[in-house]
Amino acid sequence: MSVVDLNKETAVGHDSHGHHDEHEHHELNFIRKYIFSEDHKVIGKQFLITGLLWAVIGGALSMIFRLQLGLPEASLGWLKPILGHWITSDNKLDPEFYLAAVTMHGTIMVFFVLTAGLSGTFSNFLIPLQIGARDMASGFMNMLSYWFFFVSSVIMFFSLFIETGPAGGGWVIYPPLSALPQAIPGSGLGMTLWLVSMALFIISSLLGGINYITTVINLRTKGMTFDRLPLTIWAFFLTAIIGVLSFPVLFAAALLLIFDRSFGTSFYLSDIYIGGQALDHVGGSPILFQHLFWFLGHPEVYIVLLPALGITSEIISTNSRKPIFGYKAMIGSMIGITFLSFIVWAHHMFVTGMNPFLGSIFMFLTLIIAVPSAVKAFNYITTLWKGNIIFTPAMLFSIGLVSVFITGGVTGIILGNAALDIQLHDTYFVVAHFHLVMGSASFFGFMAGVYHWFPKMFGKMLDEKLGYIHFWLTFAGVYLVFFPMHYQGITGFPRRYYSYTAYEMFGGAYQDLAFFISIAAFITFAGQFIFGFNFFYSIFKGRPATLNPWNSNTLEWTTPIHPEHGNWPGEIPTVYRWAYDYSKPGAEEDFIPQHIPLTETLSSNLPHETDALNGIKITPTH
Amino acid sequence: MNSFLIIIGVLLVLVTLYYLFRVQILASVLKGSYKKRVGVSNKVNAILFPIFFIVMFGSVFLINGTMSKRYLPESASEHGVITDNLFWITMAVISLVVVITHILLFYFPFKYQYDENRRAAFYPEDHKLEYIWTIIPAIVLSVLVFFGWRTWSDITAKAPENAVSLEIMGKQFAWQVRYPGADGIIGKYNFRKIDNKSNEFGMDLADKANFDDFVPREIHIPKGRPVVFKIRAKDVLHSVFLPHFRQKMDAVPGMPTTFWFVPKYTTSEMKEITGNPEFKYELACTEICGRGHFAMRYILVVDEPEDFEKWQKEQQSWLSLNMDYVDQIPTDLRKFIPNYSTEKIDTKVETVVDTTGSKVDSLSNKISFNN
Repeated sequence: MSVVDLNKETAVGHDSHGHHDEHEHHELNFIRKYIFSEDHKVIGKQFLITGLLWAVIGGALSMIFRLQLGLPEASLGWLKPILGHWITSDNKLDPEFYLAAVTMHGTIMVFFVLTAGLSGTFSNFLIPLQIGARDMASGFMNMLSYWFFFVSSVIMFFSLFIETGPAGGGWVIYPPLSALPQAIPGSGLGMTLWLVSMALFIISSLLGGINYITTVINLRTKGMTFDRLPLTIWAFFLTAIIGVLSFPVLFAAALLLIFDRSFGTSFYLSDIYIGGQALDHVGGSPILFQHLFWFLGHPEVYIVLLPALGITSEIISTNSRKPIFGYKAMIGSMIGITFLSFIVWAHHMFVTGMNPFLGSIFMFLTLIIAVPSAVKAFNYITTLWKGNIIFTPAMLFSIGLVSVFITGGVTGIILGNAALDIQLHDTYFVVAHFHLVMGSASFFGFMAGVYHWFPKMFGKMLDEKLGYIHFWLTFAGVYLVFFPMHYQGITGFPRRYYSYTAYEMFGGAYQDLAFFISIAAFITFAGQFIFGFNFFYSIFKGRPATLNPWNSNTLEWTTPIHPEHGNWPGEIPTVYRWAYDYSKPGAEEDFIPQHIPLTETLSSNLPHETDALNGIKITPTH
Repeated sequence: MNSFLIIIGVLLVLVTLYYLFRVQILASVLKGSYKKRVGVSNKVNAILFPIFFIVMFGSVFLINGTMSKRYLPESASEHGVITDNLFWITMAVISLVVVITHILLFYFPFKYQYDENRRAAFYPEDHKLEYIWTIIPAIVLSVLVFFGWRTWSDITAKAPENAVSLEIMGKQFAWQVRYPGADGIIGKYNFRKIDNKSNEFGMDLADKANFDDFVPREIHIPKGRPVVFKIRAKDVLHSVFLPHFRQKMDAVPGMPTTFWFVPKYTTSEMKEITGNPEFKYELACTEICGRGHFAMRYILVVDEPEDFEKWQKEQQSWLSLNMDYVDQIPTDLRKFIPNYSTEKIDTKVETVVDTTGSKVDSLSNKISFNN
């Protein structure tokens, strides 16, 4: 890992030092400092707070449809003040609003919470701090990235309240349903707003992503070679690459859908008879949309997951007081996942009528991606082995992440197998799978990140005890909610059903389980407000943070407790080692931060480090 | 009033919790536990992991038995037996992986909880170990994917020549089925010929193969013979899902799709297997299609082959039930209409204009069908 010639490092260009002085001498006004800020830390916090608000909305929507699924007999008249005409005259939820709630829950959680909220927050906040940079490559573009996201959020939020309701064709918005307002009212104005909002979201994501990539490549501090980057940065870096390559394809898909909806083209539409007339569209293919959508849609899973895995790597290593096991294997498997994530998309389409031969190819490619994922899981577990583990709430959430990543991930081996997917496609088995491996795992990574970097963000500590309660409640909660869905899926329960009573094979048989899931979901959702309270209470009244509360190695903890724009008041520290020198034999403390030179740690230097100090060039042997 | 009391109650609980929280903070400040690197909480959390493991896997173990009674009955199609086996084998493999990894994942936190007298091991990598756990999953996955691929190829292979075929069309929010009739050919269609009256399939009546096609109210298929479903959609995407047969395929407007399978048990045999005298094979939609997506139920009946033949013979062709469409048939093709006769006098008298516009009164007065 850190087999690098030191003399060579001193020659590395280092021109990012110069311009911090100009920031110090003039006070920015309130608007430029907190609203239209170009400081990556403020932008990160803006993403965080917006993402958390979205999480509440997305969660609340799921509560509405869990009410319908778990207590189908219940009178929902009390929701009338909120939902208005979506509660029918017999106090039931309107089936169209049910579909809209499902759709918006998916859209909000995948894009607004786990993409913008997670990646937006931590990529912005941590990249400059952990690589040793004053700010992002372009602070202005970074600011635009947030405000595009903000406008996108406002439009999506607005769409929840329009007369015809928000988009209701599922978060995957497959045409023709999403293209034809005759088919479902949500495909009217609601869908238009969805598309406009997502177009802006993609712009935001691209502005952010290009910035992250540029910053990681160009603004690393002296000594911060790629093989010394913390795994968080590797994760954010690869995530940004995936985003930059795949989001434009979703943009194209959305654009063609806009053309079909508004300008009479037929990219996705053909042979349709609806509302008493045959439409003029001929020659399009709904399958084309699915290919374009999933070309983003699958990488999107990793856009959501990789940052969480990166955050977890950092936290598990820090709190096990042990180097992350297999640093290079971790990077290798993330690169492998990044590459493979682009060539597995059609496993979402085994039963769409796609050529079965293509299905075979995608089945092989899909199961390959399980190997790097397995390697990552094993590496986390081995990092815990013989550690000296401190259970901060962040650490708990990280261990929780590994657990749900495994239990949710293994069912991917079943779903990725085309022959088995025939039965399970679009059933609750899929819902269980991705809510554990993508939803819960990423959410756990998100929470772990907030607990871990809260002191750096706000200069205060979150209350630990509340964090513990929050974790155990959430950890038990996600299993109680999502694990039983496997049983429903094996029995064939289709997704996005308003009610199952029309069928003998589904009717009643699992109503007790649906009720159980709903109750567990209500409690888990309510439990999140413990975190909400802790978060806002601690910002204002929390215990003051210390400089390096977790005894961590990475550079962000070398900044002042309340870092100004520019991050370090003096020179940017130089980096002499990788980020994982925890419990190094011979060292006094159980951690050696990255900026401590090898000359100060003679007693703990490894043989190759000693050689490097003495100016002997070493070529890596492995 | 009640809701007012509830609100007051909730507020009281919240206030109490808040003060408990404050007291807890003061207590830890007094005890000075903030100054220590870890407190009692570290032990509690460490112990909770193994407890969580026992509770979680214990309850899964207990509930599995109950749940398995609710699973679908054994597959009613031949390929379904193979996929079910593969599913449960894969499930066994992954369950083993989950249990083993979780034993380690939940035991290590307990075993290696913080101890100020101990140093963690500096153990950054071990290539041998890493090779092992890269290669073993790769081999296991290769085996699973190989069997999956073989099965998938068989299931999606071209249907045998002697297969019984039928057409199924999804629309908002129902299914419609069309059989080829005596000629064994499902007639051509064109979505522009769909009308608001009876021609929901858009049957092209210039194709004589349509004349004997029939549109029943439920699907009948024979046991033991391959059956091909030709799937299409009228408006938006739908998906034909036959859980008992482990079969599913999307219905796509503009792109006909298909699947085939061999039914293993008749409906009455399935009644015995499930012990449910009311048992019916059901068809569901699994692609979101709008308001009524959840209620697109359709019934499928598996007959003994001879019963199926009998049922098929009893069905009246669509055309015979919709005589007013005869006028859309070019005159020269009318001789192909089965049982079409000019002998019997029909009660209904109408003037039929054929495509060239010439009057054919002499014929239309006598249009009738023998069934």
